[in-house]
Amino acid sequence: MRNNLSSALFAAGVTFILSFPLMGLQLTTEGVNLIVATSPAATFGYIAAGVLAVFFVQLFKEQILAQLGKAKPRPGTISNFLPTDATRAKLIKPGVLLIILGALMWPFIMERGATDLATLVLIYVMLGLGLNIVVGLAGLLDLGYVAFYAVGAYTYALLAQDFGWSFWACLPLGGLLAALFGFLLGFPVLRLRGDYLAIVTLGFGEIIRILLNNLTDLTGGPNGIGGIPKPTLPAIQTDPEFSVVGLEFTRRASEGNVPFHEFFGMSYDPASKVVFLYLLALLLVFLTLFVIRRLIRMPVGRAWEALREDEIACRSLGLNRTAIKLSAFTMGAAFAGFAGCFFAARQGFINPESFVFKESVIILAIVVLGGMGSQIGVILAAILITILPELAREFQEYRELMFGLMMVVMMIWSPQGLLPMKRPHIELKQE
Amino acid sequence: MLEVTLYFVQQLINGITIGSTYALIAIGYTMVYGIIGMINFAHGEVYMIGTYIAFMAITGLSMLGIEFLPIVFAVALISSMLVSSTFGLAIERVAYRPLRGGNRLIPLISAIGMSFFLQNYVRISQGARDIAMPSVVTGGWNFGPEHGFQASISYMQIIIFIATFISMTALTLFISRSRLGRACRATAQDLKMAGLLGINTNNVIAATFVIGAALAAVAGTLLGMYYGVANAYIGFLAGLKAFTAAVLGGIGSLPGAMLGGLILGISESMTAAYFSTEYKDVVSFGLLVLILLFKPTGILGKPEVEKI
Amino acid sequence: MLSVRELSMRFGGLLAVNGVSLDVNEREIISVIGPNGAGKTTVFNCISGFYKPTAGEVKFQGKAIQGMPDFKISRLGMVRTFQHVRLFNSMTVIENLLVAQHRHVNTNLLSGLLKTPSFRKKESEAMERAAYWLKKVDLLSVANREAGNLAYGQQRRLEIARCMVTEPSLLMLDEPAAGLNPKETRDLDELIVSLKHDYNVSVLLIEHDMGLVMGISDRIYVVSQGTPLAQGSPDDIKANPDVIKAYLGEE
Repeated sequence: MRNNLSSALFAAGVTFILSFPLMGLQLTTEGVNLIVATSPAATFGYIAAGVLAVFFVQLFKEQILAQLGKAKPRPGTISNFLPTDATRAKLIKPGVLLIILGALMWPFIMERGATDLATLVLIYVMLGLGLNIVVGLAGLLDLGYVAFYAVGAYTYALLAQDFGWSFWACLPLGGLLAALFGFLLGFPVLRLRGDYLAIVTLGFGEIIRILLNNLTDLTGGPNGIGGIPKPTLPAIQTDPEFSVVGLEFTRRASEGNVPFHEFFGMSYDPASKVVFLYLLALLLVFLTLFVIRRLIRMPVGRAWEALREDEIACRSLGLNRTAIKLSAFTMGAAFAGFAGCFFAARQGFINPESFVFKESVIILAIVVLGGMGSQIGVILAAILITILPELAREFQEYRELMFGLMMVVMMIWSPQGLLPMKRPHIELKQE
Repeated sequence: MLEVTLYFVQQLINGITIGSTYALIAIGYTMVYGIIGMINFAHGEVYMIGTYIAFMAITGLSMLGIEFLPIVFAVALISSMLVSSTFGLAIERVAYRPLRGGNRLIPLISAIGMSFFLQNYVRISQGARDIAMPSVVTGGWNFGPEHGFQASISYMQIIIFIATFISMTALTLFISRSRLGRACRATAQDLKMAGLLGINTNNVIAATFVIGAALAAVAGTLLGMYYGVANAYIGFLAGLKAFTAAVLGGIGSLPGAMLGGLILGISESMTAAYFSTEYKDVVSFGLLVLILLFKPTGILGKPEVEKI
Repeated sequence: MLSVRELSMRFGGLLAVNGVSLDVNEREIISVIGPNGAGKTTVFNCISGFYKPTAGEVKFQGKAIQGMPDFKISRLGMVRTFQHVRLFNSMTVIENLLVAQHRHVNTNLLSGLLKTPSFRKKESEAMERAAYWLKKVDLLSVANREAGNLAYGQQRRLEIARCMVTEPSLLMLDEPAAGLNPKETRDLDELIVSLKHDYNVSVLLIEHDMGLVMGISDRIYVVSQGTPLAQGSPDDIKANPDVIKAYLGEE
């Protein structure tokens, strides 16, 4: 008990020092002077309550742990509460179909704002899936992922602005260019140990951002690039002559294009643009999902995971680790490039503010929360992380705080995420 | 000719000033890395918190009418060191200790989360705007021709040199002479063995986080007074720079951290003076990438043998 | 097929291996024995390319390989296991074997994305080879389990199977019997002999289990404190006074 008391006092003291100066006192300016102000009385109440809570929890640690031990058999992941493998296998096909159907119907049953938000979610899904290749599968911590996203976005913005290239021409190019960047960066740095790699990629991300900010002639600097054209829907025209035109989702189309509503002889609906963007994003996500699903079941995907598991064993089996890491890095970058390209098209305006380190951390949080390597997990996490702050405005202020906390808690509680990856079951021919 | 030389000397002085504070922060990275082989990603935030606490202490004292410099420095340093060390302790306890021994990626991610959390903790509690504090120490020496370019060294810069020197000496003595210092070195050599020999390795690891955080708080106080501006995001860049310094000098090596800090500080101020201010960060990141690629062990680091 | 001449490896001031030479011919089982810390594993690491030897020559199939990257050496048909089992723990047993066949399967990205017939054919061949070896080492029943969840003896066998699916000509085993019970050790004994007879594989072995070593080795090399001490047939070694001294100490 004596021992507990001193450790409880210590913990309470620590809690006090962690909370009191920063929460209880505030540096503010009064006129021209900097002063230290005290926070509202309620804050001191919270601090006191927190300190007391820590004190008593520490004091009665054994008793509380014993009680908890009785109540819960053992902490685990959500998968403990999910149906067993057999029922799950039966549920999976109709479940997936239902989700696809729901996703397709979404813009037609929901209002415009919800559709717009869903489009944003889909961008994060794409980014999460892409980063998942690098972090979740290959086990390479890339903290500069947002740089590739920026490459994709600026590719489209610049080519559209300076050369009038269309979205459809820029989309593959954006992915390709981002992949090229990934390749060029990866080539020298992938020899590095894990934590060094994390820092170098972080530095690379920052360099790209600083360049975007300062190469004003090319990128517009902090002001960014505006007036980026929205994607068009390619259609075949037979009148006046047989040709391919781009359908625009605006009241009046720009030179050479035709407005969507005129082409189909409908009345103009401003919501159609939002719906089209959503469906386009959905298509891109499906494509991403399909490609990554295949990759995982291919030699290269298996090599990624093997590398994450044991690099030395890989080398002893003749796997070229640099080539494998490079392929993961490049592939991940390519998806960020696609996402960036679409992002630029959706926003119509980009500047370096969208490509800060914070953004990389948010994408990482999605991967971590979703379960490294797990596709469905990443999708759910992207939805959760994007939607939550929108649901409660007050939550917005605390959004990043919660992300940080969540990453720590997830790592301690369940590093495999909410939905750990399921291993593919392979049926062997029994002779 | 004299003017050119003086200009260069001025940049050198500025570079050494920033470099010494980078070195102080770098110690935290190097010590933690030396013992548990991991990067303390949240270390920059500890520095940032140190700056805030020092600002609070100095402002509070001046509101009470106390402006006698030795007292101001003592109170600012002690309070910021106390609070920052506590944060260092908490970081180790929450984000590192439960995750020791597993996959290396996991503590790194939790530390990134921790860093993000602390940044926003300060942003929410103290506001997102820059805090500007008037200089406490003013004046300095000028030298050079009466009419023309004069190089100057401010009293604050001199204080920074002296404080850095004292901290470094104290740390070196502590590591080489004290019981805990010996335990630190033993644990850095072989964590498991040190544990078997009766060293409480948990305490030693916590101590390295605390010592590193205290030195970061010293840097936070000094640099905060030097620049006079702070916000919740200064820890990110300072941390990254200090990490670069640690790697440059050879991570795990204390003299290396000092050397790396100085080299980085000087090359930064030279870039800003002779090339462009916007690109001084690019230069330090570029430097980091280059060192890691061509000499990952840094200038004074020892090569690691891969254990198979 | 493998010839090592005057191999030396220095770590800082420590000369871990000093002038070791050894030969492995086609279809031979060769053992390297010696007290703990004699530098046996370092010799392995130098041969397989994980360390770059300080001095000496390593020739495999007539080709000088010292200083070559490890993965390239492995592709020449020399694979190894590790003193501490190194499996891809969170992957299934069968996935472990598929990864090992990376070189043999179709790695063309496009054909995999489109699942072309040639891709399917290569995949099913890899699958069959994996199934074959799983049966051989008696792991077929746990094929879809995660490798990290297997019993220790099973993990050891899986590591050997994983080497064998790469169709090597030289297999290097680092203490394969460590931690096995007597029954498992007997099975291992049979397996190694069968590899030599039925699959024309040469085996280079580091082992402390003298029963195993003496029973299956064609020749034995003894290393002590990094230097070669003796070599010869099991009977020669058993009778060699230097070896007895190194193992039992001087009377």
